[in-house]
Amino acid sequence: MLLRKTLLATVIGATIGGAALLPTATFAADTTLRMAYDADPVSLDIHEQLSGAILQLSHLLFDPLVRWNNDFEFEPRLATDWEQVDDTTMRMTLRDGVKFHSGNDFTAQDVVWTVERLKRSSDFKAIFVPIASVTAVDDHTVEFKTRNPYPLLLNLATYIFPMDSEFYSGTTDNGKEKGEIAKSGNTFASRNVSGTGPFEVVERQQGVKLVMERFDDYWDKDSPGNVDEIVLTPISENATRVAALLSGDVDFIAPVPPNDLERIRNDDNVELITMSGTRIILLQMNEDRVEAFQDPRVRQAFAYAINQEGIADRLMKGFATPAAQLSPEGYAGHNPELKPRYDVEKAKQLMKEAGYEDGFNVTLIAPNNRYVNDAKIAQAVAAMLARIKVKVDLKTMPKAQYWTEYDKRDADMMMIGWHSDTEDSANFYQYLTECPNADTGAGQYNAGNYCNPEIDEQIAAANLELDEDKRAKMLQAVEKSLYEDAAFIPLHWQDLAWAAAKDVKIEPVLNVMNFPYLGDLVIEQ
Amino acid sequence: MIAFLIKRLFHALLVMFVISLISFAIQENLGDPIQQMVGQSVPESEREALREELGLNDPFFVQYLRFARNALQFDFGYSYVFHEPTTEVILRHLPATLELVAATTLLIVLFSVPIGVYSAIKPRAWLSRFFMSVSIIGISIPVFLTAIVLIQIFAIGVTFTPFPQGVAWGAWLNGLLSTEGGMPAYGRGPVEHVFGTWYTNFASFDALTYLVLPAFSLASIMLPLFIRLIRAEMLEVLQSDYIRFARAKGIAPRRIYFLHALKNTMLPVITVGGVQIGTLVAYTILTETVFQWPGMGLMFLDAIERSDIPLIVTYLMIVGLIFVITNTLVDLIYGLINPTVKLTGQPA
Repeated sequence: MLLRKTLLATVIGATIGGAALLPTATFAADTTLRMAYDADPVSLDIHEQLSGAILQLSHLLFDPLVRWNNDFEFEPRLATDWEQVDDTTMRMTLRDGVKFHSGNDFTAQDVVWTVERLKRSSDFKAIFVPIASVTAVDDHTVEFKTRNPYPLLLNLATYIFPMDSEFYSGTTDNGKEKGEIAKSGNTFASRNVSGTGPFEVVERQQGVKLVMERFDDYWDKDSPGNVDEIVLTPISENATRVAALLSGDVDFIAPVPPNDLERIRNDDNVELITMSGTRIILLQMNEDRVEAFQDPRVRQAFAYAINQEGIADRLMKGFATPAAQLSPEGYAGHNPELKPRYDVEKAKQLMKEAGYEDGFNVTLIAPNNRYVNDAKIAQAVAAMLARIKVKVDLKTMPKAQYWTEYDKRDADMMMIGWHSDTEDSANFYQYLTECPNADTGAGQYNAGNYCNPEIDEQIAAANLELDEDKRAKMLQAVEKSLYEDAAFIPLHWQDLAWAAAKDVKIEPVLNVMNFPYLGDLVIEQ
Repeated sequence: MIAFLIKRLFHALLVMFVISLISFAIQENLGDPIQQMVGQSVPESEREALREELGLNDPFFVQYLRFARNALQFDFGYSYVFHEPTTEVILRHLPATLELVAATTLLIVLFSVPIGVYSAIKPRAWLSRFFMSVSIIGISIPVFLTAIVLIQIFAIGVTFTPFPQGVAWGAWLNGLLSTEGGMPAYGRGPVEHVFGTWYTNFASFDALTYLVLPAFSLASIMLPLFIRLIRAEMLEVLQSDYIRFARAKGIAPRRIYFLHALKNTMLPVITVGGVQIGTLVAYTILTETVFQWPGMGLMFLDAIERSDIPLIVTYLMIVGLIFVITNTLVDLIYGLINPTVKLTGQPA
């Protein structure tokens, strides 16, 4: 009896207590953005994993040295100015009067500390290999030295989100380093944050919600952003995420599932924004397993047999941009001359020339929950190849299993999607088309085992070229050679889609990198 | 009684052992957890180092023995995704699922008993026939479809305009067909802290509204089953000799129905109910996914998606334990209702 009474009292007390708290809570946060993503970041340590979710989080809690604007140009953030001192040295001036969430001042020392930490992170260290050293010249100047002339230093600077070195230094109560990076451990940095970003974390229940409040001392006073609080909820189920938006439970969702695009477009209370993305979806032809693929004519025949525009139009309902190369528009290497080349007759003729008039059998594997409509695309490709008498034995599987198979290169043809970490064309070649080399890591995802040393040399030369125009020409030449060689079968760049309530003005803060700059978001009152 | 419980304890240990062995054996097919933990461009050498660190390179038996040794000390390892002991992760998600199941059970009991009894007493009444046909539909629609339909009708709202919207009667008829929506579509809402990891939906009206749609979706599977079961059992009991005798004695019908008949009706219902709790756990996974209900089911599906092997194994073992416990409880309740049942199975 006593227990029951106590319990009742607790419940009543909690209800009253909760109710009493309510008015103050709403007062503190006038403008709340309730947003739903398909997954939440696995950690608050932004150096733990290189993924879209972590980078999106980085832009909320931290600020990069520079960031991309919508025209693929660099916009100064914590670095206000930069100059190339010589071929291997760049000097950056840092913003004055910036404070971390902890109250510490932001200095050049934090940048040095952060880059050194990045070089220790298993996910990021490969990207930062070109940097030989970073030194603090004075409190607001840093100097980057690269091993060789390196044209992508500013691209790398978009990855440098200075962390509060004082906050992350020292040891925790149980004697662990606060700066430790661990994939599967409970580290200090995975639970505590001090950045310079527009928002600071107030509450985190992993997998349930992440609550952030606007940082009072945020340096960017010119930002129009008026969001005081962000509540991020992961909703992995597509239908539920859309329902949450349509019913007004959340104000902003991403990604929008392609099947619901029409429904959202037709709803008067919400707004849909789509953009051509930069993630390329392509098929690789395994030359190790299929002798025929070593013949460029066969590879070309395959490329001619596939109707990219048909897939983008009908299968993807226009939610994709048909591709004939790796680099999307806006990238240095994008070659506007290259167009999709769908021509079944030409394909048949090439097969005949190569001596495969009667076709052959191939196996094709694809994931079924990684890219938009991935399994359906693979089916369509199988049907298209049947027209040049190639019989496709198709197997699709969930991504958890797919990558194991992919890594084993266990099929004749494989599907992969790739987004360039540096927003630069060379990254595509490095991972997807360079001759595989286990020591340097080149061609790590070149499951086709395509190898053309001449093209590799061109890529290496481009990566030492500091003149932007010259470099772009070199990269465009690479795209052309790969196209002529039919090194792979490009399909399309996957489009991006976001949707929000009408009064949430998301359009100005969205970009093709899919890092919404929510610090600048305006919600109309 | 004591002998029965000891027997059940051994039973539980055996079940746990088998489950752990099976779930450990299938982990090879769950995909590579490393793939989920690192970015796409991470070099193979880094992956290999991580694999070594997590002990994934050891032979199966070494891995299993290490797991078993720790498990005997109630240490089930660290979740790869949550960076916490798996037991803590599961304990944190458990209350949400238990509350959902409790609300569903409440709905089932509240609706199935009166409806089942009514349609047994008045099998030919139009209301009984109505309940029977609706329950057929309920059984045949999958739970996620029910959930999505409920979300569309009660959370988003539907507007039908088959009648002219301009005139008063048309607008009125359209209004009858359309719904406003407004019910919460996902999540648990403003939960209140009780103690430990327990946050409850039962403390405020606002939070209770979050529970309504998921609980009804989940109940939609079980409710028709129980209505039909209670009806069938009750019909049978009502035709038995002792009921006829009671009627002949002139006992009030209400007393016959609810005291004499219902008690005997409930025996098979409880047995089936116990078995169905297992099914309920399975359907909870679907319901939780659709409603983004942050319980064990959603967590489990997420763990599979990310190949979080320690969490998957722990989840399976805990669900196994729940099965054993509920079956034990059902047997005990069975014995309470019908004392002639011998728990240990010795001849009477």
